[in-house]
Amino acid sequence: MKSTYLISIAVASTTLLASCGGGGSQKQSSTQDDKTLLGAGSTFVYPLYSKIFNVYHQQTGIQVNYQSIGSGGGILQLINKTVDFGDSDAPLTADQEKQAGAPIVHIPICAGAVVLTYNLPGISDTLMLTPDVLANIYLGKITRWNDPAVQSINPKIKLPSLPIAVVHRSDGSGTTNIFTDYLSKVSPEWKTRVGASTSVNWPVGLGGKGNEGVSGLIKQTPGGFGYVELAYAIQNQMPVVKVQNAAGQFIAPTIASTQAASNISLPADAKVFVTNTTAPNGYPISGFTWAILYREQHYGDRSLNRAKELVNLFWWVTHDGQAYCADLHYAPLSATAQATAENLLKSITFDGKPIFTSTTQ
Amino acid sequence: MPSPLATPPTEKSSRYSDTTEATRSLSRMRRLTLRISYAEKKDRFFRNGLLLAGLTILCLVIAIFLTLVIGSIPSFRATGIHFFWGKVWDPVTGVFGALPFLIGTLLTSFLALLISIPFSISIALFLGEYFPPGKGKNRLAGLVQEAVELIAGIPSVIYGFWGLFVLVPIVRNIETQWHVLPYGVGIFTASLILAIMIIPYAASLSREIISLVPDELKEAAYSLGATHWEVIRYIVLPYARTGIFAGILLSLGRALGETMAVTMVIGNTSAIPTSIFSPGNTLASVIANEFTEAANETYLSALIELGLVLFVVTTLIHLIGKRVIRQFSTT
Repeated sequence: MKSTYLISIAVASTTLLASCGGGGSQKQSSTQDDKTLLGAGSTFVYPLYSKIFNVYHQQTGIQVNYQSIGSGGGILQLINKTVDFGDSDAPLTADQEKQAGAPIVHIPICAGAVVLTYNLPGISDTLMLTPDVLANIYLGKITRWNDPAVQSINPKIKLPSLPIAVVHRSDGSGTTNIFTDYLSKVSPEWKTRVGASTSVNWPVGLGGKGNEGVSGLIKQTPGGFGYVELAYAIQNQMPVVKVQNAAGQFIAPTIASTQAASNISLPADAKVFVTNTTAPNGYPISGFTWAILYREQHYGDRSLNRAKELVNLFWWVTHDGQAYCADLHYAPLSATAQATAENLLKSITFDGKPIFTSTTQ
Repeated sequence: MPSPLATPPTEKSSRYSDTTEATRSLSRMRRLTLRISYAEKKDRFFRNGLLLAGLTILCLVIAIFLTLVIGSIPSFRATGIHFFWGKVWDPVTGVFGALPFLIGTLLTSFLALLISIPFSISIALFLGEYFPPGKGKNRLAGLVQEAVELIAGIPSVIYGFWGLFVLVPIVRNIETQWHVLPYGVGIFTASLILAIMIIPYAASLSREIISLVPDELKEAAYSLGATHWEVIRYIVLPYARTGIFAGILLSLGRALGETMAVTMVIGNTSAIPTSIFSPGNTLASVIANEFTEAANETYLSALIELGLVLFVVTTLIHLIGKRVIRQFSTT
């Protein structure tokens, strides 16, 4: 009696498991009506998308459902073909592209910057840092604010003898990815010891969850130092560091300097981190968020109409939609980035035929 | 209310008086057997329903376990058994070790338990023995009871923010006075938050058990000249110890799995903590932190394996606790 019970329980569990597992891999037939497009991905871009998709809906009647589940999740959902487009703060890795099976285009949507903020009681002048010093602080080599290396860059400020309480993001995030990518570019030691990713093995420092967790820790700790998104720093009027860029200028992070950072010649696929930009007045720690979609749109049971709507949507987002960026503290695309986005959108096909030209006919 | 028909006095519902309308012509005996067989059928139905509910829970637990095991296979292939005592967690190079988080989880949970026990037992005694709410007209006891229940109902993210903005500066001041590195966040702060969060679980269960101690036992002790303290020490606590321990076990389970409040005040560093003031990380908080952006298969699988470790640790602690309870109640 007892053993039959146990067996039936085991069987029931596996069935339950199988039915749950099935749900994930099942190809969710995307909503049949072509008036609703589905997207998922980056949380960073969500406030912008939520605003401009709303405007787009009012203008065209096309609704876009965007779930901000994180870049990683967005990539997975696109690969599983449960959404029409994903959004990622980092380009796909070679591994992910292989998984995707077909070429994926990365369309730059807007740019964001990562800013360094600090808590130094009684100091109102803006702090300046060089890439070298910044990397050494995060490597744990510079531990006090009045270290000669920091003091010599800021001769006008009398820096206190406080320990630098280094703070980083504890949750995996595109912000961390941009920041660590920058550090990897400016410091060979960082590149070999730590590397760049959405989460890394930090040599020093405390982790705060989200922008609010990081800024909470910094505000709490005299001598606190950490990085947050530009939009978050602007909204909360936090003190920000001027960082020296590749051209040797100390640049304050603003929407203009972030936009300027991407005004350099970009590769045709736009898959590039624009950190450590060569633009003379560009802020060095910035990056794009990309909408990602399949280059060949005829897969599964997709209709030409749906593919057209998708391309039209992103044409609008990269042109008229850009007007809404600055209000929400995102940097609009630079002229070169917009041109790259146009070429990429024109390269999207349905059954091998370009979609964009066919819509303009 | 007297029923117009001859229904047995045990029958509570008057609903049957309508259905018996059709069987009026049948003999009284016949009607009774019908009713009994109907009741039996209902009984069986009820019993099977309960069985189904119970088995569903069992199936769910097994299914969760199997999901975790299957999800951990890629990580297990990549890291092997070394996962369980590896000290480095580096998503960039794909080196995954769970030890720092395992230590963080156990350290915060048991420290929280240690801090919370005196409070939860005191509250339980206050409410269960001295001022049972409801019985007398003690307003204060009622308020305390409400407060304890309220503490259990506050969402953990609120505890997290409260901890970050109120508790962290206090702990930092203490740390400055004791000349340890004044981070403010860390294992100790997380334990404090956890202690507050788990008090209601141990306190409510212990209070229930304490109020169940038979009055005869207590009165007998009083009649022998025992003081109130002696009654508590020698009668109430020994009688209620199993229940109190079960309450503590319940609160430990809660502490092991708490995520949001802990991650906001623990400092989130993946190094093995060197003292109770150093920052650390727990299994649950690493999962919550890194799951959304873990796009690579091994990485995702390593996080699922952390979940498996947490599942196993919780089960083990629960089983050990059960054993201790049995030992307690037999001696």
